[in-house]
Amino acid sequence: MMKQNFWTFVVEQHEKLFMQVIQHLGLTFSSLLLAIIVGIPLGILISRKEKLAHFILGTAGILQTIPSIALLGFMIPFFGIGAIPAIVALLIYALLPIIRNTYTGITGVSTNVMEAGKAMGMNSRQLLFKVQFPLAMPVIIAGIRTATVINVGVATLASFVGAGGLGEFIFGGISLNNSNMILAGAIPAAFLAIFLDQTIAFLQGLKFRNLNQWRVIGSLITIIALAYYFWPTPTSNKLKAGFTPEFMGRQDGDLGLRAIYGLYMNPKIISDAIMYKAIHEDQLDVISGYSTDGRIKAFNLKVLEDDKKIFPPYYAAPIIKSKTLLKYPDLEPVIDLLAGKINDSLMTEMNYKTDFLQQTPEKVAQDFLKSIHLYKEAGLRNAGKIRIGTKIFGEQYILAALYKMLIEGHTSYAVETKTGLGGTKICFDALVNDAIDLYPEYTGTGLLVLLNPTEENIKEVTQNPEKTYHYVQQEFKNKYGIQWLKPIGFNNAYALMMRNKDAHDQRIKSISDLKAYLSY
Amino acid sequence: MIKVDAISKNYAGKSVVDTISFEAHNQEILILLGTSGCGKTTTLKMINRLIETDTGHILIDGQNIRDKKIEDLRMGIGFIMQNTGLFPHYTIQENIATVPKLLKWDKKHIQNRTNELMHKLHLSTDMLVRYPHELSGGQQQRVGIIRALIANTPVLLMDEPFGALDNITKSEIHTAFKSLDELKNKTTILVTHDVQEAFELGHRIALMDKGKILQIGTPKEMIYRPKNDFVSNFFASNRLLLEHKVTTLADLEKMFHIQDIIQPTLSAQSSLSAQSTVWSALQHLSTDKHDFDRYEKLSKAFAAYRKMQIT
Repeated sequence: MMKQNFWTFVVEQHEKLFMQVIQHLGLTFSSLLLAIIVGIPLGILISRKEKLAHFILGTAGILQTIPSIALLGFMIPFFGIGAIPAIVALLIYALLPIIRNTYTGITGVSTNVMEAGKAMGMNSRQLLFKVQFPLAMPVIIAGIRTATVINVGVATLASFVGAGGLGEFIFGGISLNNSNMILAGAIPAAFLAIFLDQTIAFLQGLKFRNLNQWRVIGSLITIIALAYYFWPTPTSNKLKAGFTPEFMGRQDGDLGLRAIYGLYMNPKIISDAIMYKAIHEDQLDVISGYSTDGRIKAFNLKVLEDDKKIFPPYYAAPIIKSKTLLKYPDLEPVIDLLAGKINDSLMTEMNYKTDFLQQTPEKVAQDFLKSIHLYKEAGLRNAGKIRIGTKIFGEQYILAALYKMLIEGHTSYAVETKTGLGGTKICFDALVNDAIDLYPEYTGTGLLVLLNPTEENIKEVTQNPEKTYHYVQQEFKNKYGIQWLKPIGFNNAYALMMRNKDAHDQRIKSISDLKAYLSY
Repeated sequence: MIKVDAISKNYAGKSVVDTISFEAHNQEILILLGTSGCGKTTTLKMINRLIETDTGHILIDGQNIRDKKIEDLRMGIGFIMQNTGLFPHYTIQENIATVPKLLKWDKKHIQNRTNELMHKLHLSTDMLVRYPHELSGGQQQRVGIIRALIANTPVLLMDEPFGALDNITKSEIHTAFKSLDELKNKTTILVTHDVQEAFELGHRIALMDKGKILQIGTPKEMIYRPKNDFVSNFFASNRLLLEHKVTTLADLEKMFHIQDIIQPTLSAQSSLSAQSTVWSALQHLSTDKHDFDRYEKLSKAFAAYRKMQIT
């Protein structure tokens, strides 16, 4: 198999790329349009009522500081998933520059000119539209320009809530260890930002002496925003599916669903941090997840039986560089203390405690270690520092906490955890580049995402978990000098899940049932 | 006619205008003269309600200005300000047409009126398509005057209109301004701190200090009949010049035989008339050595006249 280069990727995926660019522009412009509709009148209002200015600018400033992914998370109960929460979030980010610049522009009009207008008998409306607004226009447009650039950037995160856009490639690429995919998203996003910035800069140079030109631009933005909504989108199924970007690109994921089950879900691409929340809030009906996830129990979900066996079970095991093991000789025996100790139900139970009972991963880890009599108070920590990384979901946080306590209790190494790394690629690259020393990985991810084996290879090594483990262990040692330590015990596999109630009502037990239900 | 009746204005307890009353008649230019902070600009702006009075009344042609809609009041009053107040985003043409457009004049009418006034203030109509910042200070001020005159309002208020101009430009504009027949059917009030300008343009002058009018009268009265020391001291440094300027040949002619100066037998080149001031007559005569005798005669006549005025 030829290694794919950037151009072949772009050519192959040009339809998707084009779609994403349109979605990206649509998100940016719809939110911008709303921000203009809301922001300019607000800016005018506070230029007249100075007492409100402090309050409104302060509020807009605070909204601006909310981290975007958190804001998207807040939106789900109110706006569901898809374009609407993304547009609302983008609107919130675009508001501050527009309100502030409108306010600054209007209050900056010289009092002399204002007095001349008044003295000639203009009423406040005429003053606003004939004097203040045209004179403030360059400053207002500068605000819109800032907002546009911010929005092109933040719109990449829209893919977390299934709103599409170039974030699908960027975050998909990060999850799937595919640099071409990342670039295919990132480069157009950068170009969009530059292009829009320069276009608006050009408009700024024109003289806005009357409102007509302004109307032209307004309608232009509206047309682009509307085009986005009337763009033909794939018709939705009876059930709304939301899959993670990683699931979308994996053989034991959406590709397998299509190839083996003939199941075409037209899923929304969504981050797994938000996916469970979305199914719980009835915004999605079918999601991809992990079989050990605590939220399955917490949110009363039904794991559909994989009757055609496309989701082989995989071991979870810590991976670490061989040279690190040599450098810290006490490390391997301590890490292996946990090997085989956590079975599926124990892991699911622990996940449930963090995901649903809201216990901290540290507390859950401590309780577990005490229950198997491995817990020791941390002693001296002067023999060096081990850095443990995790991906951004609950199970990994618990594993990191377990290893930290284990290592600090049984050795004199100090442990630093770097939790919440944004995806497989980021974790793995961090390990390869010595930014972290170990992290828990799954043999399936190692096989399908990191090693990219041929199809026959896959067929052969995924017959059972041990075979996969041995193959991956061998390959990693040869290719990267990285060791897979002993498996922790539980099997993790991808799973399709639905709300228990729906599954029961529709009598869906397996993926084949789901396929039958959808094609019926 | 404008009647100002006992108006006052306080800012934060400090009195800026203190119970001022005066009248400005039709066809007259009334000057509000005083140093900065004397309340003259505040007084002026209370007439078109850019500043509201605290107490007192202002009547224009018998009607209280508060009884009118504020926009209508202002559309009936031309206003010229120190820094021109031209709209930087409008061309000269659009600036001039602002009020006519508010009054919904038709295009042709606006165009004719604009061209007429441009001509009167010696501005080329090529400038109409330019923007204010492309014009010199003097040109901008002329545009400001045109903008205030175009709607032919019965009242014209001018706030230090020529204050930012150099002396040569200023005297050019003074000449053009004085000769405007538009002023003949108006009541004009002009605020200035420039004594010479006040005497040059004013039919009557109101000298203000600390929010009060100290004396109001014709230039001649201000010079020769000062009500108190403040008034006479105010003009002291310009006195000689002002005396020459407030006296016309016609004034002297009543008492002295100066016919030969006004209508010289020798040449027709003379531009002197009975309306000429003594200042301009002497200026004129001093340029030609053949006029030496006539210069001396006029000087003597003026000296005698002056003596009679003062004593």
